[in-house]
Amino acid sequence: MTRQDKLPVLTFPQPSKSQTADRPTATQDKLARAIEALRAAVEAEVATPKDTDTTPEPDSFTPIGAPKTQPRWQAGRDNAQTAGSGRVGAAAGAVIPADTSKTPIDKNPLTRRITAIHLPRFAMERWQRWASQQGDAPPEDIPAALAVEGTHGPVIHATNRAAETQGVYKGARVVDMRALCPDLKITFADIGGDQKALEKLMMWARRWCPWTAIDGPAGMIFDTTGSDHLWGGEAAMLRDMEERLSHLGLSATLAVSPSHGASWALSRFGGVREVCAPETLSRRMSNMPVRALRLTGDTVQLLNRLGLKTVGDLAAVPRISLARRFSNAPLQQNPLLRLDQMMGRLAEPVSASDDPPRFAVQANLAEPIQDPTPHLPALCHDLCEGLQKAGFGARRIRVTVFRSDGEVSHVDAATAQPNRDPDHLLRLFDDKLERINPGFGFDLITLGATVAEVMQASQPGLDQKGSDGADLARLLDRLTARLGAPAIRRPIPNDSHIPERAEVWEAAIHTKPAITSPRTDRPVRLFDHPEEVRVLYAVPEGPPAQFIWRRVTRRVVRFAGPERIAPEWWRDMPGTRLRDYYKVEDQLNHRLWLYRSGVLGDDRGATPRWFVHGVFA
Amino acid sequence: MQCTTSPLSATTLSRHLPKSPPQGRGQADQATLVEIFADSVVDGGATGFALGQIAGTQIGSGKPLLWIQDRVTRREAGRPCLAGLQTGGDIIHVNVNKATDALWAMEEGLRCGDLCGVIGEIWGDPPALDFTATKRLALRAEANTIPAWLMRRATAPNLSAARDRWRIKSLASLAHPHDNRAPGRAQWQADLFRSRRQTPGQWVVHHDTSTGLHFSHQTAAQSREDTALQA
Repeated sequence: MTRQDKLPVLTFPQPSKSQTADRPTATQDKLARAIEALRAAVEAEVATPKDTDTTPEPDSFTPIGAPKTQPRWQAGRDNAQTAGSGRVGAAAGAVIPADTSKTPIDKNPLTRRITAIHLPRFAMERWQRWASQQGDAPPEDIPAALAVEGTHGPVIHATNRAAETQGVYKGARVVDMRALCPDLKITFADIGGDQKALEKLMMWARRWCPWTAIDGPAGMIFDTTGSDHLWGGEAAMLRDMEERLSHLGLSATLAVSPSHGASWALSRFGGVREVCAPETLSRRMSNMPVRALRLTGDTVQLLNRLGLKTVGDLAAVPRISLARRFSNAPLQQNPLLRLDQMMGRLAEPVSASDDPPRFAVQANLAEPIQDPTPHLPALCHDLCEGLQKAGFGARRIRVTVFRSDGEVSHVDAATAQPNRDPDHLLRLFDDKLERINPGFGFDLITLGATVAEVMQASQPGLDQKGSDGADLARLLDRLTARLGAPAIRRPIPNDSHIPERAEVWEAAIHTKPAITSPRTDRPVRLFDHPEEVRVLYAVPEGPPAQFIWRRVTRRVVRFAGPERIAPEWWRDMPGTRLRDYYKVEDQLNHRLWLYRSGVLGDDRGATPRWFVHGVFA
Repeated sequence: MQCTTSPLSATTLSRHLPKSPPQGRGQADQATLVEIFADSVVDGGATGFALGQIAGTQIGSGKPLLWIQDRVTRREAGRPCLAGLQTGGDIIHVNVNKATDALWAMEEGLRCGDLCGVIGEIWGDPPALDFTATKRLALRAEANTIPAWLMRRATAPNLSAARDRWRIKSLASLAHPHDNRAPGRAQWQADLFRSRRQTPGQWVVHHDTSTGLHFSHQTAAQSREDTALQA
């Protein structure tokens, strides 16, 4: 091997901007840049957000940052029964025509509105709810706790209020707490179940805004930028969230602020339903404890030892001295990065698990109902209007109902071509809405186009008969919606001699018609599984003179063949036998396609067997 | 007996049949619901006859053919084999479990203008397939001028609103031109036992890819004699 055979030595890749942002090194120019950014942010606080604060303009923030002058199709119905809302995901900004260029507000991270929800007793309350369903929930005044296995025996994972007042705390060993509180009721916690329940709750929280994510074991984070006006402002939205969560038996502390870190801190260490405006962010954060920076316990202890008790103390320290100390620390141990995240100097977007639909409308109902059918026509109409304005057509649509018991159920439908005909979309849900599980009722219905494609408006011919295949696509949609995609298939010719492989059956909704060349020596009907016949009178050459198939004795009158089809060695298992096909006409004038699997003496099994594979016309 | 074979298409056969009243071409040409009963389950003659009727329309239009089968038919009589269909067009195959779904799918297909025809295969005599259901299919097929074939197996012909009702049975095939041991072109006995458009009768039919269906009053044995004489 020569040197040229080796792989070239790659140069170390240039660290990207995000990496440098994650781990700043304490160089002078970076420090200067940070100071510059801080000053710019402080100046921006004074200058820009005034108008948004003094004149609350509900439409001024939208997830896409659409300018106010543009009419919003999403605004929809204003009556009490249905309130339409449009959600256009921020990630899909590239497909919004001509609006993304003039969205300067997205550049400034402090214009986002992030809501944090902390569920301090999530595990305990979930267990209590489960126990009350089983009928053995302990009364409120009995101390109860959930435990997990620790290194030295079980430790407390969650407590109820009664146990907390008696001094039981999280992380303590169970034996110690039993000594402290002898009638403590201990149950083992279900960590995985809690995580699943939190994920469900996170999906259910999409009723308030499209971007939601899980934040830690007992917290959620929402990007409510531009969504709050649908619920009557941020304060009203927080009240609504707290009320609905309390209906589920969950106590929650909430806060809204311009950054993830600040919301996290306010929800854990701030007041009740606190709303923090961008200009008051630094002042409000200054008296937060350093624990509010989402740091590990060791780092918090270290900072306390250094005399840095609050965020304000930390911010007052010259940055360079802290940067020298924490230059290589990971994010959870780096107070500088956490401080930057809290103050919005370091972007920390809400990373939702899946993109929300680009086009969606919702109907907000006054009280829970069981059947979404009466609301669908209006929703379909609104959705198609929005698609029409944007020049899009829906390929997949989904009806989601948000149940009052904290669950989400949905039904999907697909279209073969982009479509924005409300009547057609409505028909796709004809028999499907019965499959939706309404639980004890739902009070929010969302109709979203989960996949949308560009669709040009087309003019039908003068005879009013569209011959561009749109009619066929609509037929496929309806058939697929009722019978399921696997039932509607189309044979596509394939490059193979084996009869069952010569055509591939694929879902018609995804395929285009193919050109076929008919052959005279192939049957019109083929059996999915070749059926074995019992040979009564074998002949050395040619097909059997008599055989029994489907309990009828058949005498071969005439035959043609054989046509030998060898196995495909590159695909079949070794030992697969060849086939000799015969076209056979029997005394009942049935013309069958008979084959012998293998030949005598091919060392691939016993005596060859005979099968019927198809029927000729 | 004199040979009376003459190339005919299915739609114009009424003019050449004995004892059939002269009819307007328009009425016989009209796309409607045709019911075809297979003589036995494994008899491919019914399929061949329906495909012979459809061949002319599909090749001209380039539109797909909607082929609906219920589960039992597919298992007992097989699925269509693309390479063996002489129509040579695109097929959309629908696999359903119940006769209700098959009828619904046929009706949906007959509502769509982009199909050249609809073939539905329904096993036995399900309660859903009654006079009303067939009348709906027939009216819809006539309204949208899309021909529909309903292929029935393992059943007796009950009340139905199909405009033509055929019973198809395979006959011994014609002689192979190059091999006298081999089966040649397929030949069927077609029994039009009820029709609203023409006089019922019985014919011997075979299909030619270039000229379409040939109707005659001649049995297979006679035609074999003829070919032997010609040879």
